[in-house]
Amino acid sequence: VYAAAPGTSAPETMVPSSVPQPKDDFQEELVIRPLHSGDIYASFQFRTLWDTDFMRDNKVSHYRLFPKSLGQVISKFSVRELHISFTQGYWRTMQWGQPFISSPPGAELWVWFQDSVTDVDATWKELTNVLSGIFCASLNFIDSTNTVQPSASFKPLGIGNETDHRFLRYATLPREIVCTENLTPWKKLLPCGSKAGLAVLLKSEKLFHSSFHSQAVHIRSVCQDRQCKTTSWELRQTLNSVFDLHTSGQGKREWSLFKMFSRTLTEACPLASSSKLYIDITDNSQGEQFELIPATSLLSQAVVLGDRRTFSVYDLTQETTFGSVRSLNLLIRWKSSECDMLRPLLHAERYVAGYGLQTGEIHTLMYNNHPYRSFPVLLLDSVPWYLRLYIHTLSVTSKGKDNKPSYIHYEPSKDRVRPHLLEMLIQLPPNSVTEVTVQFERALLKWTEYPPDPNHGFYVGSSVISSLVPSTVAMDTNSTQERPLFSSFFPCKEESSYFVRIYTEPLLVNLPTPDFSMPYNVICLTCTVVAVGYGSLYNLLTRSFQIEEPNPGLAKRIANVIRKMRGVPPL
Amino acid sequence: MGLLSDPNRRRALISMLTRLNAPICVVCYLAGVAWFMGLAFEPFTLRTYMSENAMGSTMVEERFPAGERALATGREFAAHKNKVGGMPVDWLVKTMQDRGLEVFTQSFSRTLPFPDENKERYIVKGTNVYGILRAPRAPRTEALVLSAPCSPGDNNQAVGLLLGLAQYFRNQIYWAKDIIFLVNEHDLIGMQAWLEGYHHTNTTGMSWSPLQGRGGSIQAALTLELSSDVITSLDLVLEGLNGQLPNLDLANLFYAFCQKIGVLCTIQGKLQRNDWDSVSGYSHAVQTMMLMVMKQASGRPWGDHGLFLRYHIEAATVKGINSFRQYKTDVTTIGRLLEGMYRKLNNLLERLHQSYFFYLMPSLSHFVSIGYYMPAFGLLAVILLLRALDLWVQLATPPSRTEDGIADIDQQSSPGVLSVLTPLVISHLTGVALYTLPIHFQETAVEHFPVSETEAVVLTAIAIYTAGLALPHNTHRLLSGEGTEQGWRVLKLVAVLYLAVLLGCTALINFSLGFILALTLVPLAAFVTPHVPKVLSAFILVILSPACTLLFSVFFFQELQEMPVSFQDGWLLYLSVISQGILDHSLYGSLVYPLIALLVYPCWLLFWNILFWK
Repeated sequence: VYAAAPGTSAPETMVPSSVPQPKDDFQEELVIRPLHSGDIYASFQFRTLWDTDFMRDNKVSHYRLFPKSLGQVISKFSVRELHISFTQGYWRTMQWGQPFISSPPGAELWVWFQDSVTDVDATWKELTNVLSGIFCASLNFIDSTNTVQPSASFKPLGIGNETDHRFLRYATLPREIVCTENLTPWKKLLPCGSKAGLAVLLKSEKLFHSSFHSQAVHIRSVCQDRQCKTTSWELRQTLNSVFDLHTSGQGKREWSLFKMFSRTLTEACPLASSSKLYIDITDNSQGEQFELIPATSLLSQAVVLGDRRTFSVYDLTQETTFGSVRSLNLLIRWKSSECDMLRPLLHAERYVAGYGLQTGEIHTLMYNNHPYRSFPVLLLDSVPWYLRLYIHTLSVTSKGKDNKPSYIHYEPSKDRVRPHLLEMLIQLPPNSVTEVTVQFERALLKWTEYPPDPNHGFYVGSSVISSLVPSTVAMDTNSTQERPLFSSFFPCKEESSYFVRIYTEPLLVNLPTPDFSMPYNVICLTCTVVAVGYGSLYNLLTRSFQIEEPNPGLAKRIANVIRKMRGVPPL
Repeated sequence: MGLLSDPNRRRALISMLTRLNAPICVVCYLAGVAWFMGLAFEPFTLRTYMSENAMGSTMVEERFPAGERALATGREFAAHKNKVGGMPVDWLVKTMQDRGLEVFTQSFSRTLPFPDENKERYIVKGTNVYGILRAPRAPRTEALVLSAPCSPGDNNQAVGLLLGLAQYFRNQIYWAKDIIFLVNEHDLIGMQAWLEGYHHTNTTGMSWSPLQGRGGSIQAALTLELSSDVITSLDLVLEGLNGQLPNLDLANLFYAFCQKIGVLCTIQGKLQRNDWDSVSGYSHAVQTMMLMVMKQASGRPWGDHGLFLRYHIEAATVKGINSFRQYKTDVTTIGRLLEGMYRKLNNLLERLHQSYFFYLMPSLSHFVSIGYYMPAFGLLAVILLLRALDLWVQLATPPSRTEDGIADIDQQSSPGVLSVLTPLVISHLTGVALYTLPIHFQETAVEHFPVSETEAVVLTAIAIYTAGLALPHNTHRLLSGEGTEQGWRVLKLVAVLYLAVLLGCTALINFSLGFILALTLVPLAAFVTPHVPKVLSAFILVILSPACTLLFSVFFFQELQEMPVSFQDGWLLYLSVISQGILDHSLYGSLVYPLIALLVYPCWLLFWNILFWK
């Protein structure tokens, strides 16, 4: 594998052969899931593993598969774990089910720092600015007013015991718009770029013609082997998108790689150790829903999100996959056309209630559609300071009864400094809707604090709901019948529940906004009122007026003297 | 401003104002009326123009092709509606789902305080059906609404067109805001239930089931009313609840697209004319404007859009009219018009806020902004201030030099708080009775008199109103001593200032209502004293009272609509208008009835009191 990298072979020869080279490995895969609604969900995952330690010796300067820009970020800022996602659109759980990796609309960034970092806030600030440059995004708008330190919701996904949330930072930018300029730097992080392998499909003109687009980078450290004596770094780049049947189908209910991406597959990335394409055919075991061309006999089973799924697998490293035309253009032709709403076990929605520009109420609804099991969820809400939450009005009700959260972590906001943070652990009763409401007051901003287009409104980021959901595999009685009786007595299995993180929609809230074309009028009016109205009133109120006799002239004075002598009243 | 600081000049100014008070008041009144009538004169008004950049310069193409199919859907809808005998909920849900929308329903029920005889309903139960077209790659933060009421007789074509547009819109990629297609049952009541459900408020005590799907904050809404396959013109209805109007840019948008596509468009059912310099052209503009003033003053929503305005959602109703004109427009053209409007609304970056919220329209292409029409009201309101100044001066200067000083001091101190407070309190209590009793006593009234509930409410209201006229005598019994000359002056000063504040506030919120009330109440406030001929003045006072103003307005409105009625019919209409006003208040929260009953009527009673001061 090493020899396959042409540009890197020259410096390698300089290194003494006795030192073992750190091993690295690259895998790529694409999962295509025909959705219930007739849409297509395509999920790319690219994984780079590297057995190195950025922390121990800072002199890691030789990069092969791992992108150097990210490696330098990890070592410079002592990052333990980094998750960043850019999403355009909202994942429609009711129609599409659960995504493999969920993300909120806009940009999301959460980072665990090593415990060697002394000034976390300064490092975080610097890191966001660097990432902003790497991904061509407005991450530099992350500051203390939208950063929180969740105490329970975001635990490290990699190895490590330290979970002091002082080293965690979480921020979202719900207004961030994702487009080609974010996709290009993301693609450049891949070892093959977009020149070979699955990444050739990532053409922006088609990718941004979809209903949902989300791209993410996850960096964490994982165990190198079973003993876990040493760790290696994992970089996962994921890209999820959903293609809409109605807008691109033109009436025909069929999909192909070419139709979705305007490209077909011709080869795997030469640097990849594995390159696979999976098609989810669980609902199509007898071929009653759709037809798959070309067919493959390779099948794979996996438990994904608590559900046992079957996949057709196309191995791109095999020559036979591409057939005689030397290109793979997968075709899915729909046969049935039903599109009922799904009832996912857990979903949530959020909205602002009330009218007027003074107060309002945030409602968060969480649905547990499991017929008989209740499960706990962790709700994280980060609300900007300009919505002043009345925390005493916080109420959690399910099935008409008060539902007392077993854990509440609340950090009040500080004007212009930090947002509200509310984390709660709530038990969702089976088959119920739990409603969390809290009232707020809209603050009046200073006139320089309004962003451009202030009448558009202000965004409040999605709430995050993390939960261990009982899996449907455990609910499925048919599958337990097939297995030996001794294995199925206790329902508690390894896969009996699975972790899900879902995001509600962001909110758009209007704050009282001055009419910015008015300052001139206001200045004129105020000046007039002050000068005319206030001035004269003040005069009238503070002075006493007396009529002062004007100084009489000389003639008059003489006349008065004469009149006085005559005993007549003066003039 | 030396004018006020200099006692000499101040005295001169005040003496001039008191000496010439009556002529100045007359001139102000005439000038106010003349100014108002001048507003309809085209050279004095401004042409409408698009203020919002996002909607002005961007070009959109309209390509909606499926008018015939929409009509077919409308006929299918009508058939299902007749079969079910109401809203065909299941059919609508299925049809919307087939068009690729997320579909939800909302059921609601409402018991009216008393039966609505115009629409023949008392206990209302219904279901709203709405489908959300999710915009691709949009985070559910903004939405637009297109609604069509499902009414018993007609409006099938509107529902058909709505479904046709939904299908066409679903296949387009360019949407940036979710679009909600709503079919509401029982017109305004259904709309009220849906809006309350969407914003999770409950202002009127209606019961509704919570909504399951939402699209974020609604930016704009249009309501569609079509009752025939081919129409001759489109009418735009703007007047909403409590006289609120949508942003003028929404009207501009409609007008711009009518011009572009070539559809005849009207406002208040009146085409615009080019012959503004002729008498008939001017009177046409006056009629259009007066219709708007009357509708706005009524404070009721004149279309389903009217309820959106409370939630700061710009909304208007587009009504298809089929008259006997030559010019015909088919449904495809209307579909293209709506498509164009929605595409432009979709381009909005901010809420519509650039243009005016306070305006009058003498034609669809001209408008009168608040800066132009307020002076008309100001000229009327200044009369009250002048009268108040006059009274103040009279109270401050000793009445005559013939009496001795001791009697003088006695007279000045005698009009105590009680003599002013008693009539104030009593007239307001009458107002409270007028506000509360009609609905509470309907059952008693129905038991004892051969009337229906609605008649009972209206007749009780009229009875209490009339009974209030007997008050002056009752007030005097309560008073400790004889009413003095100073006493009525103080009372009148209070009443005049009260009226000025009341009308001023009303005109700021609902100019038309404030102006109409000022037209009738200001003259009587200006002239009434205990010394004028009693019978004649009492007659004039009654004629100018709020109830009679309403009666005249009913006849005038019918005249403006070119549907004159006989006195008999007019009286019946008057009764139904009163019942509608009370219903509007309890169903939608219209404020006109409480304003008249609790504030304007007591204020008028004060003047009535002054007339009969002893």
